[in-house]
This record gives sequence, C-alpha cells and structure tokens, in this order.
Amino acid sequence: MSLKRLAGYGPAVVLTVAIFLLWELVVRANLVNSHLLPAPIAIMQALVDNWDVLSVHTLQTSLETVLGLAIATVFGLGLAILLDLSPWIRKSVYPLLITSQTIPMVALAPLLVIWFGLDLTPKIIVVTLYCFFPIAVACADGLASTDPELMKLLHSMRASRWQTLWLVRLPGALPSFFSGLRIAATYSVTGAIVGEYVAAEQGLGLYMKTSASSNAIVLVFAAIVVTALLSLFLFGLVSLIEYIALPWQQRFGQKR
Amino acid sequence: MHDPQKDDLKLVVKGVTRTFSAGRRQLEALAPLDLTVGQGEFVSLIGPSGCGKSTLFNIVAGVDTPTTGAVAIEGDWQGERAGKVGYMPQQPLLLPWRTAEENVMLGLDVRRVPQKEARQQAHELLKRFGLLEFADSYPATLSGGMRQRIALLRTILFNASFLLLDEPFGALDALTRITLQMWLLDLLESFHSSVLFITHDVREAILLSDRIYVLSARPASVLRIVDVDLPRPRRQQMLAEARAVELEQELILLLMKEQPL
Repeated sequence: MSLKRLAGYGPAVVLTVAIFLLWELVVRANLVNSHLLPAPIAIMQALVDNWDVLSVHTLQTSLETVLGLAIATVFGLGLAILLDLSPWIRKSVYPLLITSQTIPMVALAPLLVIWFGLDLTPKIIVVTLYCFFPIAVACADGLASTDPELMKLLHSMRASRWQTLWLVRLPGALPSFFSGLRIAATYSVTGAIVGEYVAAEQGLGLYMKTSASSNAIVLVFAAIVVTALLSLFLFGLVSLIEYIALPWQQRFGQKR
Repeated sequence: MHDPQKDDLKLVVKGVTRTFSAGRRQLEALAPLDLTVGQGEFVSLIGPSGCGKSTLFNIVAGVDTPTTGAVAIEGDWQGERAGKVGYMPQQPLLLPWRTAEENVMLGLDVRRVPQKEARQQAHELLKRFGLLEFADSYPATLSGGMRQRIALLRTILFNASFLLLDEPFGALDALTRITLQMWLLDLLESFHSSVLFITHDVREAILLSDRIYVLSARPASVLRIVDVDLPRPRRQQMLAEARAVELEQELILLLMKEQPL
C-alpha cells in the first residue's frame, strides 16, 4: 500500500482521536457518571486486564463468524448464478430472498437454539442468514450488468452459456461480488453476537450479556471494542483479498 | 473478381431484410439487401449513421437472424454462422482482467485450445506484429490505438480467414487512424483475409477496399457498388491521386443526398 493511500486515512484517524479525546474529557470532568459511561482509557485498561478471559470468547466468536461468512459466500455465489440462469428463476426466487431479510433475527435465533442446540450450528446459521443476502444481490447485479456487446462478441465466437459465464461474466462480476462481501464481513460479527446473545456457552455475545446483567458496564464496552476491531479486521481482510485477486482493478484505480 | 460463381465467394447475402418490432411499431432496418465478398476481397460498407449496417453485421456474424432472405458463408446456406467469422465490434471490448496477451487468446479459450498452446499462438502473433512489449499490460494502461490493435489480433487469432470489422478506427485521432490503417493492410496481406468493413470515412474506404457498397438511409439498401482500382499494396499517398480524389468526391456527393438534415 502506498504512502498516498495511507495518507487517505488521515482525516478518519483525526476525527476518531478527537471523538475519543472529547469523550475522555467529558467523563473526567464528571459531566457523566463514569460508572454508566466509562472513559476510553478505562475501557482499554479493562480490556487489557481481562484479556485472558476475553480472548477465549473472541476466539469462539471469530470461529462462528468466519465459518458463517464462508458458508454465506458459497451459498450467495451459488444463488447469484442460479438467479442468473433464467428470468423465471429470478422472478420466483427473488421475492422470497427479499422476504427472508424481513425476518427479525432476534426472533429466529431462539428457534434455532431450540432446533439445533447450544453449540456452533445455530450461530453459524444466523451469521449465514445475515451475510448471504448482500453477497447474492451484489453478485447477481454484477452478472446482470455484463455489457451486451460483450455477450454478442462471445456469441459470435459460438461460446457456450457456461463459457460465457466462466470467461466473461463471472470475472466481470467479481468487483461487485467483493463489494457485497465487504458489506457481509461487517455484518457477520454482529450476526454471531446476536446468536450468542440468545443462548451460548461461550462468545462475545454471552460475555456482553453476563457483564451487563452484573452491571459491569466497562466490560460491555471492552467487548464492544473487540467486536469493532474484529469487524474492521474482517473488512480489511476482504479488501486485501480483493487487492490480491483483482490486480487489474486496484492498480489503476479503475472502477467499473 | 466477383463473378457469378457464387460457391467460390466467401460471403453471399441474398435478399436479406430485418424488421424489429417495438410494441405495435414495426421498424424496418434492412430493405432487401444483396451483397457478396470474394475470397481475399476487402469490401467496405458506407452509409449514413443508423442505416442498419450494424444490424447486417450481426446477421452475418450469426448473432442475429434475418427476417427474410438468406446468408451463406463459403457456400453454406444452412449451417450455423457463429464461429465462422472474426467479428470485431465498434468498441475494442477488451477484458480488463486479462493482459493484452490473454485478451488476444480469448477466442482460442472459447475453442478449448489448451492454455499453453493458446498462449504460445497469442505470443507469436504479438511478436510478429510488434506488440510484444505490451503482452503483459492490462488494457487500462494501453492507449486507444493499442487497444484497437489488440482487439484486431484477438479477432484474427479467432478467425483470420473472414473478418467483420465494424468501424474499428472510428474513435481514433487522425494520425493514429492512418497508422492503424497501414498496420491493418499489412496484417491482411499476411493472412489473405476476406474482410467486410463498416466505416463512415470515405477516404478510409477508398484506401482499404477493393469494392465499396454505398448504402441508403434506413431501411438500408444498396445505392451503388464502386470498384476501387488502385493498385496494391496500398499507400496513404495514393489518396492524392486523381482517380482517388474523383472517387472520393463521387462518394461524398452520393452520401450527402442520403444524410438526414
């Protein structure tokens, strides 16, 4: 990554530091109760002090997130290709797909626990349900936006439907796919935490819940910080994979 | 050159029409149109914008089917035409994720030629036509003229015997255009290709063609067929010869009558 790119993050860093500084000052000046709203430094302190416990929960949540995201990627990609196969499939499946997103996850999660028990499965399902939608939609849109002239060219070469998909349409849809995947990656950790919040033996969601019920607000915040960092990490990881996988796009700043 | 021995002809278009229906309206793109391209012949189509030239190209390329009439490539009236022509659309349509060399080999990928062999053929073609230094460049880093050359080589590698070139130099500046015209002539010389060529540029048509079809405004029909009897190999300077200038004037006058105001 070039210096110029790094410099692009400057304003965000400045703003973040400013917000935390203000927060710290507000708490220190006793404008709010430091028990109800702990100051940033106190939160970081709590995070470091409790890291041995937090790390176990973090690992659990990470595992659920990554597995769920991976399944959602395969599922989303497959669904996008399926939607692309014929207008009829698109017309019949698309409304169902959108409806699936209107189901409140907090209502569904307890049912999943009843059906699948306390272990990984229900959390992975929640993460998958959160993540497959943006991936499928972005990828389907990417496939649908193939230049018709390009299709004509392939047609004149007598390319089969699968060849057209494989040689031209899927690679062309990759930038859209990665946009979807980036959104999904940011959702994914939240999904795992929602799943754990309902019922779990381990995980950041459980940690937040027990900390909140025992009034240890600073620990809730510590877990929130870890969640945010985990999400940012996944977002960065997806961007890195995109950078490596699509050298033609990044290197010239070409957005289609 | 274009005698009635029609089976020797590369392309025969006979009474082809194409009507598009948009709702209740019927849009006639091609009036009954006859056209031939001989073996190794360079035939240009010129005509006003939107007269249906690209529609004719789509039909010849096998991407579209005529409403009435028939088309034969190498005397085959029945068979599928797609795959038998090297079709180059107006935009170069290079795949941005493929390097120049990988773009050139696209047609071979479609033909399921093994990767190694396809790559080697593309490599040799690039080398032969002086583009080897761009082999590993992505299209985004190439100039317009260079992209057009790569697209031409892609077309040639897919099918060198019969090319359909739809205004390949339309978007280029005058100097690049002349360079590419000469480059194209050189290219065709070594492959003995038959070419059907669309252009708006009368001078370009004269410089490149053996025969020019002047088309009317939509629905397109043939207004006149002109033989260009300039010697080959052609050179840019020939456009200044009296015969060429005369022809140019004649064609421009003919086209101006067809141009909508």
